[in-house]
Amino acid sequence: MAKRRSAILVLEDGRTFHGEAYGSVGETFGEAVFNTGMTGYQETLTDPSYHRQVVVQTAPHIGNTGVNTEDDESARLWVAGYVVRDPARVASNWRATGSLEDRLGTEGVVGISGIDTRALTRHLRERGAMRVGVSSVEDDPRALLARVREAPQMVGADLSAEVTTATPYVVEAEGEHRFTVAALDLGIKRNVPRRLAARGVTTHVLPAHSTIEDLLATGADAVFFSPGPGDPATADGPAALAREVLRRQVPLFGICFGSQILGRALGFGTYKLGYGHRGINQPVLDRATGKVEVTSHNHGFAVQVPGAAPGAVVPDQVIETEFGGVQVSHVCLNDNVVEGLRARDVPAFTVQYHPEAAAGPHDADYLFDRFAELIEGRGPDRKQSEGRGLDRNHSEGGKNA
Amino acid sequence: MPKRSDLKHILVIGSGPIVIGQACEFDYSGTQACRVLREEGIRVSLINSNPATIMTDPEFADATYVEPITPEFVELVIARERPDAVLPTLGGQTALNTAVALHEAGVLDKYGVELIGANIEAIRRGEDRQLFKDIVAKAGVRIGVEDPAALVPRSRVCHSMAEVEETVAELGLPVVIRPSFTMGGLGSGMAHTDEDLQRIAGAGLAASPVHEVLIEESVLGWKEYELELMRDRHDNVVVVCSIENVDPMGVHTGDSVTVAPAMTLTDREYQHLRDLGIAVLREVGVDTGGCNIQFAVNPADGRIVVIEMNPRVSRSSALASKATGFPIAKIAAKLAIGYTLDEIPNDITRKTPAAFEPTLDYVVVKIPRFAFEKFPGADPELTTTMKSVGEAMSLGRNFTEALNKAMRSMETRSAGFWTQPDPDGATKENTLAALRVPHDGRLYTVERALRLGASVAEVTAASGGIDPWFLDQIAALVELRGEIVAAPVLDLDLLRRAKRAGLSDRQLAALRPELAAEDGVRTLRHRLDVRPVYKTVDTCAAEFEATTPYHYSTYDTETEVTGSARPKVIILGSGPNRIGQGIEFDYSCVHAVQALRGAPAPAGAVPGAEGTAGGFETVMVNCNPETVSTDYDTADRLYFEPLTFEDVLEVWHAEDTSGRDAGGPGVVGVIVQLGGQTPLGLAQRLKDAGVPVVGTSPESIHLAEERGAFGEVLARAGLRAPAHGTATSYEQARAIAEEIGYPVLVRPSYVLGGRGMEIVYDDPTLRDYIGRATDISPDHPVLVDRFLDDAIEIDVDALCDADGEVYLGGVMEHIEEAGIHSGDSSCALPPITLAGPHIEQVRRYTEAIAHGVGVRGLLNVQYALKDDVLYVLEANPRASRTVPFVSKATAVPLAKAAARIALGATIAELRAEGLLPATGDGGSLPAHAPIAVKEAVLPFKRFRTPTGKGVDSLLGPEMKSTGEVMGIDPHFGHAFAKSQSAAYGSLPTGGKVFVSVANRDKRAMVFPVKRLADLGFEILATEGTAEVLRRHGIGCEQIRKHYQAGSDDDAVSLILSGQVGLVVNTPQGSGASARSDGYEIRSAAVTADIPCITTVPGVAAAVMGIEARIRGDMQVRPLQELHATLRAPQ
Repeated sequence: MAKRRSAILVLEDGRTFHGEAYGSVGETFGEAVFNTGMTGYQETLTDPSYHRQVVVQTAPHIGNTGVNTEDDESARLWVAGYVVRDPARVASNWRATGSLEDRLGTEGVVGISGIDTRALTRHLRERGAMRVGVSSVEDDPRALLARVREAPQMVGADLSAEVTTATPYVVEAEGEHRFTVAALDLGIKRNVPRRLAARGVTTHVLPAHSTIEDLLATGADAVFFSPGPGDPATADGPAALAREVLRRQVPLFGICFGSQILGRALGFGTYKLGYGHRGINQPVLDRATGKVEVTSHNHGFAVQVPGAAPGAVVPDQVIETEFGGVQVSHVCLNDNVVEGLRARDVPAFTVQYHPEAAAGPHDADYLFDRFAELIEGRGPDRKQSEGRGLDRNHSEGGKNA
Repeated sequence: MPKRSDLKHILVIGSGPIVIGQACEFDYSGTQACRVLREEGIRVSLINSNPATIMTDPEFADATYVEPITPEFVELVIARERPDAVLPTLGGQTALNTAVALHEAGVLDKYGVELIGANIEAIRRGEDRQLFKDIVAKAGVRIGVEDPAALVPRSRVCHSMAEVEETVAELGLPVVIRPSFTMGGLGSGMAHTDEDLQRIAGAGLAASPVHEVLIEESVLGWKEYELELMRDRHDNVVVVCSIENVDPMGVHTGDSVTVAPAMTLTDREYQHLRDLGIAVLREVGVDTGGCNIQFAVNPADGRIVVIEMNPRVSRSSALASKATGFPIAKIAAKLAIGYTLDEIPNDITRKTPAAFEPTLDYVVVKIPRFAFEKFPGADPELTTTMKSVGEAMSLGRNFTEALNKAMRSMETRSAGFWTQPDPDGATKENTLAALRVPHDGRLYTVERALRLGASVAEVTAASGGIDPWFLDQIAALVELRGEIVAAPVLDLDLLRRAKRAGLSDRQLAALRPELAAEDGVRTLRHRLDVRPVYKTVDTCAAEFEATTPYHYSTYDTETEVTGSARPKVIILGSGPNRIGQGIEFDYSCVHAVQALRGAPAPAGAVPGAEGTAGGFETVMVNCNPETVSTDYDTADRLYFEPLTFEDVLEVWHAEDTSGRDAGGPGVVGVIVQLGGQTPLGLAQRLKDAGVPVVGTSPESIHLAEERGAFGEVLARAGLRAPAHGTATSYEQARAIAEEIGYPVLVRPSYVLGGRGMEIVYDDPTLRDYIGRATDISPDHPVLVDRFLDDAIEIDVDALCDADGEVYLGGVMEHIEEAGIHSGDSSCALPPITLAGPHIEQVRRYTEAIAHGVGVRGLLNVQYALKDDVLYVLEANPRASRTVPFVSKATAVPLAKAAARIALGATIAELRAEGLLPATGDGGSLPAHAPIAVKEAVLPFKRFRTPTGKGVDSLLGPEMKSTGEVMGIDPHFGHAFAKSQSAAYGSLPTGGKVFVSVANRDKRAMVFPVKRLADLGFEILATEGTAEVLRRHGIGCEQIRKHYQAGSDDDAVSLILSGQVGLVVNTPQGSGASARSDGYEIRSAAVTADIPCITTVPGVAAAVMGIEARIRGDMQVRPLQELHATLRAPQ
């Protein structure tokens, strides 16, 4: 409760919050988004999908368990700025190797603490995600506001190149090797190859600019499109690549940004959500089983399928595409957003949320099994595509899968 | 998966009286369940013996049986109602145990009744410790844990002391001892030595209905967590809340300071607990509903051990519901009838479904409330046996804010850190030493240790493992205190930081003496415009808009209180449950809300409230998470806040300002008379601060409570009171006692529950009492009254309106003679031995007092009738503990009427409206009115002296009961027998009775004991008693009173060995000597858990009850039927 250096946070619409410097002293800009997870700040901070975003944590106490060497989801902190209410003064956990604030300082993340994060969250909920500046070197909110308004927008941002791996690398399968997957790194989290490895999958992680030839040259049985930051509307390269994969009937799985890529490859649009889904408590309905899973989300954009305006209930029917019938396999129960796509005639499915969790519940872990089954050719999707060919006249078929 | 269509009629089982470990949280859950089921068009029958519950209000069920929750009576209800199903998971362990017993007796099969919300196998798997261990290991396998066997402490189930000793030889001390099938951890404990082991395991084997204890590897000092989960029949599972105990393993979670959400887990660890919890839930096979799982986590390496699960809604569920806004009981009821989580909307957002996990953007702290001062001799060390009688919860935007709010919610002498001086001679060393034994208020000791220079690491070690993160938070407060003390002036920045850390004005005043106390701090704070804002509990950390105004204060920048132009009424609740102030007051507060929500505001009665067709907007302020009043559905707005002057004043200010800003009248009234002593104590200060306190004025309250002024009221009306005086010194007290004659009743003024009240027979005892009493309440004198021996005590609840009309709610005749606190004595309504003229005299007296004091609302008067002379003992111009009992017995909602009267209605209007009967009142009940017997429930069984003996069960003028039950029947004997069955288990119908009575009682005892002998009981008696009985031709066996080593035929040994079914023991002598006489016998009866009657009238009533049981013609009738006969036109 000792006093810290003062800091300000200014939103692009001019709303200003006064707080104290947290982490690195300096100035930063990005898109203001809020994350409602009560645990998992280390995973959040190291998630490449938060690149260029200033993350507001709604949970008031951050840093209680410090940082450790095991929970990073990538090699560095990615958030553009960090906004918390009550940072911990000590780290208390048997795995902790250091304090969060020290790490923020070392890695140059500018943050602000001590502000009314709930008021900021409500503001973002009502007005939508927007640009923000955080500064512990500028006293004048008007000056900072001017710079906020010059910062780049998230809409139209193509960020894959900034987060992708420079060179390919391999994550070996645990135990007996069953399959090889080529993963296109658009901002991948470490836990994805880890969850695949647990199922005997060796993952070749490839840079975002890789070609279909690069992917197949790994000897891949299947292709994975990773999560990542930015506006999917700009991801023309990955979308074209996905079309190549679909054309070749190579099994495809994608998560988050990867799901939006599949959507685009199928000819669907994407749109920016008002304030996005960022948390680890989001209920998603699996339409095939009628079961609800509590899931980890981190997306500001979503797929728009034909026949349903954003926010409206997506009809549970087969949508015709260039690659045959496609169904919306999962929806978010909070707001009806499309959370999963499943092709009926080609071996492809994706989800908008994070079955790899980290942070978040493990309810959707089964999707990695589904992927393995799809690769093995005994997955429901594959069977259907083999059995029915391109017969697409089955509006209720999905439920029998 | 919509609801099942085959369930048309469900029997809900309640939880009975409030006892330690099972409090009003089950009224909250049961009330929600009944409401939900009826909304679904299902007929609801309900059984609950506790009249002080909202759930037993006739409007919450189609058929409400205020009957004992025993297999015998539940079967009678089933036979009469023939429900399709029984829902036992919302009535705590009592309901669950009863359901298991009904199943095992074949009753459910016999009547074709299905058990819903739980199945017998799942209950067994959850509660049988050996089965549960296997379940956990299987669950571990299910989620791929490397060493599933390590998920439970190493342990063994034992059925004898020999097995216990063998096991301990393997595991090594310390070990934990847990008896099977007891609630609230009753009888469990930690054994560090062989002596501990003999004592605790011996008692545990006796306490367990199946004579089984588990001996377990110690996880003492590990971190303790709980998860609250819900599952639907489609196997969807959500975790509603995580709870972390500040007190590490070794202290029962009910006695621990707990925090939600968990504060010191990484996501990886939290998700591991979640996976494990869900896997255990599935493995146990809880079909639908809520369940609670407890974990211990080794702070050194993170090893997780699953401690236990409750396959039902629990105390923690109530806490989790209030902490998150997720209504667990309501959802559990919907799941039980077939809905799935995704089909149920989230009440708070309305747009999103209940199939999600709440996320909090605030911190919740719960602190237990203890009552050791009521049980001298009881061991105050906190262990794995729950000893607290209540709890307060608070919400803040950070841990210290929530902690400080919770600490000042306790209403103990200390109102947060630094509000009381340190104990004399406190040093770092002796403070650290004091931390070793967990005790009530340990966080005060923690703060002191840190302030005296101990490091966080030292305190973690001394406290046996309190997490360094929590300690650092308190260390931060210590640093802030240093700044506040050292600062030249309390400037805006420092004041803001202090308030953000949760410090109260009173705490700041203690640190800054120049600020003229709390009022001075407040003046400064208001001048600097440092005021709290109010945030909303919305289940989703503001991700979605909340429609439910469930608020808590914090010192942030943006408030979420929305304006409303309707006239507002604030009802102040009663705070944490304690002995003397429990659920009864919450009941009255809830009734006030129900009566005023939408009630017409009478023209001209309240300034500003004229002609408001929309009615009042009700605003509830309370901090007790167990209650119905703190359900966000109860009032229009809920403020979960401490009931201190500062916190209440700020709520009033926020509501009044927002109301006026919206063009309305703001707050038109604050009701302080219904929540017991807590709000009453604030009345005058609130009024002085400009708050519109309605109902009986603070000045009138003072008139009744201040003995001198009240004496004048009585004198003016010509009413008689026992001779009395007030004293501020021993000399004064002795002079008074000399004048009026011993025995005298002495007590401090302004107390509830007879705190500090004693009957004194001589000078030395009086001197001793004054020495202690001034310590209890230094601001108020001691009252000295002539004590009326052998008088009949009468309790009256009445209403009085502004026109002076008085409505006699009920006249209760105590079964025990005067001298036993009214809260502990049983009573009958209508009075069973009072004649018409007595009642008319009671009416006249009550009217005179109501007028003399100036009551606008409820008035409780206690009288003693001795030698046909009526004496006024005391009058309380507020809702009393008996209001719910009277309301249930007479079918008249007194608290609702009181609330309406406070806001300007007259009794005549309420009669016309139908809220009160058109004619007559509780003093003129029809001849066919059923007899209602109230019996108190006492917690002696819970406590042990440090040497492991039972505590004394002798009753006196200081209240000790935690709850009450009602038996209702056309006949007194039956009603009394029911009350005993509900409170203590059934009266015996045969076997041995042990009788030992004081000389003065021998004559009165002859007839009832003869009757017992005639009924076939074997009478055992001590020498003097036996002699008298034999002379009256009553055969009896003479036995030794005092225990002798090696003997097995003395009274204590016979009682402990379970050979005696009933003990009658009235104490010889007076004062302290009475207490020591028979102590061994009474504590043996407590240990053996058999009825022990300590008064002559109690024996007579018990004999009538036993006769009724022997006749075996017990019948059950729902309140709705009984009330219909009472409210029929006369």
